[in-house]
Amino acid sequence: MDFETFLWTTFAAFVTLAIFSFLYKDNPFYKFAEHLMVGTATGYFSVLLWHNNLYPNLFQKLADGVWWYLVPGFLGLLMWTRFSKKYSWVSRWPMALYIGISAGLAIPLEMSNRVIKQMHAMMSDVSWGSFFGSGIFDSQSGLSDLIILIGALAALAYFFFSKAHTGAFGGFAKFGIWVLMIGFGASFGYTVMARISLFIDRVQFLQKTWIYNAFDSSAAGYHSGYQVAFFVVVLAILAYIAREIWVHLRKPENIS
Amino acid sequence: MNIFEKMMSIDRRWVFLLLAVVVIGTYAVSFEIPIRVNSEVRNIYEFIDKLQPGEIVYLGVDYDPSNQAELHPMAYAVMEHCFRKKLKIIFCTLSQYGPGMVDGAIKDITDSMRVEKTYHGVTYPGRELVNGEDYVFLGYKAYFALQILAMGQNFRLPFPVDYYGRPLDERPMMKGVMNYKQVACVVALSGGNITEAWISYGQGRFNFPLALGTTGVMAADYYPYLNSGQVFGLMGGLLGAAQYEKLSDNPGPAIDGMRVQVFAHIVIIVFIIIGNIGYFTERRRRAKEGR
Repeated sequence: MDFETFLWTTFAAFVTLAIFSFLYKDNPFYKFAEHLMVGTATGYFSVLLWHNNLYPNLFQKLADGVWWYLVPGFLGLLMWTRFSKKYSWVSRWPMALYIGISAGLAIPLEMSNRVIKQMHAMMSDVSWGSFFGSGIFDSQSGLSDLIILIGALAALAYFFFSKAHTGAFGGFAKFGIWVLMIGFGASFGYTVMARISLFIDRVQFLQKTWIYNAFDSSAAGYHSGYQVAFFVVVLAILAYIAREIWVHLRKPENIS
Repeated sequence: MNIFEKMMSIDRRWVFLLLAVVVIGTYAVSFEIPIRVNSEVRNIYEFIDKLQPGEIVYLGVDYDPSNQAELHPMAYAVMEHCFRKKLKIIFCTLSQYGPGMVDGAIKDITDSMRVEKTYHGVTYPGRELVNGEDYVFLGYKAYFALQILAMGQNFRLPFPVDYYGRPLDERPMMKGVMNYKQVACVVALSGGNITEAWISYGQGRFNFPLALGTTGVMAADYYPYLNSGQVFGLMGGLLGAAQYEKLSDNPGPAIDGMRVQVFAHIVIIVFIIIGNIGYFTERRRRAKEGR
């Protein structure tokens, strides 16, 4: 790893640790990293929009003599009247055109693909031929079809308020709550995995890209002296944070 | 404050600290954990594995660096699999922060492909990937739904030139390739509502085989599309990436991360149990006291 890359990687490691420092409490390092990210992202996106959209799709077209591109260009300019109290109503024209086109495109496709096809799939025949599929957890087995059918009906029953939730119907609606809870639980489980994945990625970066590569790019082994040093340093930092938390918690005002 | 009240009000920083110790500590020990492959991931692997050399896969890298941890391993695993099978890839990103990541990934895979490797006992000799012949990177354009619709007519409408500024008509791989009809499948890796656009505006409008790679947070929401047949495969989060790596006999960061996941999840489950014991015990005590 050359010196320039080493410097940038070290800076990335610093910013990573600065962001994680928020988990302890808000601090200037976190604020710096947060503002840096927002500023960089905005600057990057602005330049990207100019080079990828505004220049080739408007200015280049006008330079090529395609004059009718002045119309969308003018409509785009009208959007800026939002900043004037007196003329902000003008921005409704391009907005109306934009929303009209979007709605025209979206409504038939969304209705067809996210409502009709989903309803059709739920009401399809259960695959009795391959009832257990490749196993009890096979999402494409007949058992899965049956669970989806009964589960969807039960969840809908829970939201059907025109009939009192008593007797058999009440029991079915209660089963619907369980179905919803299982659904939320699955989402929660996946969410936990996602958040841990983000942390794992940062640990991989700190360990493999920063410490490991920065100090010994020629080493091929997985375990090296630097890796051990990395763990010692990180553990020392964590021990320090733990001590700070412990001191914080032992303060009289924090003991109830 | 009694012990059960304390169990319900553990300072969240202790949870973070313990998780950090467990995640970092688990990395110090190298061991393997079994990974069970789901049919939804197997479908994607088998679909790509059965394609003939020269066929084209569209790989949508539609995510930001914030989703890189989960989706980048999927992209690498699919790219390696496709290129070893001598398939061609059309890369595109509909996320504004995607271009740099795609460019970096292409460079990494180009390096990887130069090396001879063995997957499932079959040795694949190293080869040089040629830009324009083995792959094309279209680049980025804003307003993803419009771009998905436009590419259904002709890739050249939104992308007359590729990311590197060369006209698509001059790229050998793109000769006769107009739209999704000439593409064997679309693998859309996304960390946001671009996934929904691929289903509604892409597959729903142009009826091509669509496989999804999503973040863990989103994965559960997209299983209904598997059941309806709108999507033929789904990779959810790091687990989905690990399953693809296992199927393609190409262990990478996803499999490496799954062993850490196991212990991190145990920590979280333990804290959930502690919180629930505290909650139910305290509730029963208060009920007895008539409060």
